[in-house]
Amino acid sequence: MLTAVIYLSMLMFGISLLLNFFRLLRGPHAVDRILALDTLYINGLALLVVFGILLSSRLFFEAALLIALFGFFSTVVLCKYLLRGDIIE
Amino acid sequence: MSVWVEYTVAFFLLVGSAFALVGSIGLHRFPDFFMRLHGPAKATTLGVGCVLIASMLFFSSKDQGLHVHELLITLFLMLSAPVSAYMLAKAAVQQHVKTFNRKD
Repeated sequence: MLTAVIYLSMLMFGISLLLNFFRLLRGPHAVDRILALDTLYINGLALLVVFGILLSSRLFFEAALLIALFGFFSTVVLCKYLLRGDIIE
Repeated sequence: MSVWVEYTVAFFLLVGSAFALVGSIGLHRFPDFFMRLHGPAKATTLGVGCVLIASMLFFSSKDQGLHVHELLITLFLMLSAPVSAYMLAKAAVQQHVKTFNRKD
């Protein structure tokens, strides 16, 4: 039963990744694109964790942690660039 | 692995992915940036937290020991999601992003 639930949850995360990607393509403003990218990496991290449960391997935990760290950092840097027009002053 | 642990893991997985899907639908369908900020900032963070709880339960029951590494990711996401939402809202206010007006 758990395998079927894992596949269903992966399907739902895939649909949400597609919706985020549409917003990333369409977003009228740059801020929308940054928000879509932020949501995209969070959903990708969750998909990776679910895949780790499916394979019952703990290898994917470090990758998820790294994605969380670098994604937050990139969001903050992109917002800083929009706010100031420069990253390091 | 006992049946009840399997049911709990399945429940948390389903709830988490449903919340993440709701957040992404909100990101796709809302008419305005400031409304769109609500979905990913709250629903998606909660969904990923549920998925990480499911992962924690699964590995704790599989290896006969407590594995709480996933709490690191949960803690970091819960700390970083409000900060990034605040930065995005600040950038949008400064850039004069158009807001949705029901009249026109």
